[in-house]
Amino acid sequence: MANLKDLKIRIKSVKSTQKITSAMKMVAAAKLRRAQEAAEAARPYALRMERMIASLGAKVGSAGGPKLIAGSGKDDVHMIVVATADRGLCGGFNSTIVRAARRRITELESAGKTVKIMTVGRKARDQLRRTHGTKIVKSLENIARTVVGFEQADNIARELIHGFESGEFDVCTIFFNRFKSAMTQIVTSQQLIPAKLPDAEEETGGELKALYEYEPDEEGILAALLPRNVATQIYTALLENAASEHGARMTAMDSATRNAGDMIDRLTLVYNRTRQAVITKELIEIISGAEAL
Amino acid sequence: MAETTKFELVSPERLVLSRDVEMVVVPGTEGYFGVLPRHAPMISTLSAGVIDIYEGGAVVDRIFVAGGFAEVTETRCTVLAEEAMPLGDVDVAATEKSIADDRDVLKDTTDAVARGKLEDRIRNREAMLAAKRRLAA
Repeated sequence: MANLKDLKIRIKSVKSTQKITSAMKMVAAAKLRRAQEAAEAARPYALRMERMIASLGAKVGSAGGPKLIAGSGKDDVHMIVVATADRGLCGGFNSTIVRAARRRITELESAGKTVKIMTVGRKARDQLRRTHGTKIVKSLENIARTVVGFEQADNIARELIHGFESGEFDVCTIFFNRFKSAMTQIVTSQQLIPAKLPDAEEETGGELKALYEYEPDEEGILAALLPRNVATQIYTALLENAASEHGARMTAMDSATRNAGDMIDRLTLVYNRTRQAVITKELIEIISGAEAL
Repeated sequence: MAETTKFELVSPERLVLSRDVEMVVVPGTEGYFGVLPRHAPMISTLSAGVIDIYEGGAVVDRIFVAGGFAEVTETRCTVLAEEAMPLGDVDVAATEKSIADDRDVLKDTTDAVARGKLEDRIRNREAMLAAKRRLAA
């Protein structure tokens, strides 16, 4: 059995770990609230943009539209954007995204496609570097340091659209976690380019779409709207991701705190038993020593 | 009170403004247009300019937007702005400095994406200044 001093040190170290995890939980909870508010605030824009695109897309159709809808006519080169957090200690948050992305990459490659990767967040790069290092064309970090700004999403979108237009890839998909609750996040893959049109009938109730007048014209508006839409989708994804990250961390740290509590209880029990055993042993020694005289 | 239109100004980050107005004048790419209640439904792109909000026959609010989109129906007018700022809050000195800084950076930038971004920003800031000066004059 371990001696008393070791046990005491052990208990102390678990206690300080518990202090850290419970502090991290508090911080994550506060950040989660902020991230959720940001996601909430960004929703009206995304919703209205979707509505506009739906009504426009219904008129233009997918055949003759701009390249961002119609695609480049091929699907040989795939760009995979993997969005994770910069930091770990948030349960399976990062790994699940990376695993989903990896599965997709394997799938695409066995179908004979070329894959390029753009990582957003340090963990995505760290985890993919070993197996897919040569395919990573760009890595971004420090996106969700405080609160995600639209400008960062816009930068990524510009980068992607530029790459698409210069023929570097044909299809672009983003992997991120959709926030459901602090306990559950859903790994989601969303195709950014060519844009998937929402079903117009569903969006507008099927009645409004023919009534609009367009200035300058449908194509002109779509040409301006689509790049914007890519940025908006990335922005939404990043916000969802940020909220998910903090939610996952909160849950992970909560169970870590609880585990540490259990461990402290167990160790304290062992410590007390050992202490009693030591006292008993000493007493026996004294008594038997006295009797021997 | 006269008939009103529901006016919403939305930036990517948040809903900036949502209220009932008598008329708004919006900077469309093909010219400013006013939106009154029961306007014909339309969708238009916007260029950088100023949105004027009218109430009681007078301008009550002027907001600068750096481009975006407007969706008008009979009962509402929704503006998706890339950037929105009340014209009163525009700081001329700071904006001038930001333009000058961006120009400096632009000189040494070769990357096409970064250049495009800087050029867009300079153009927006200049439009902002122009709008501010027009108001002052």
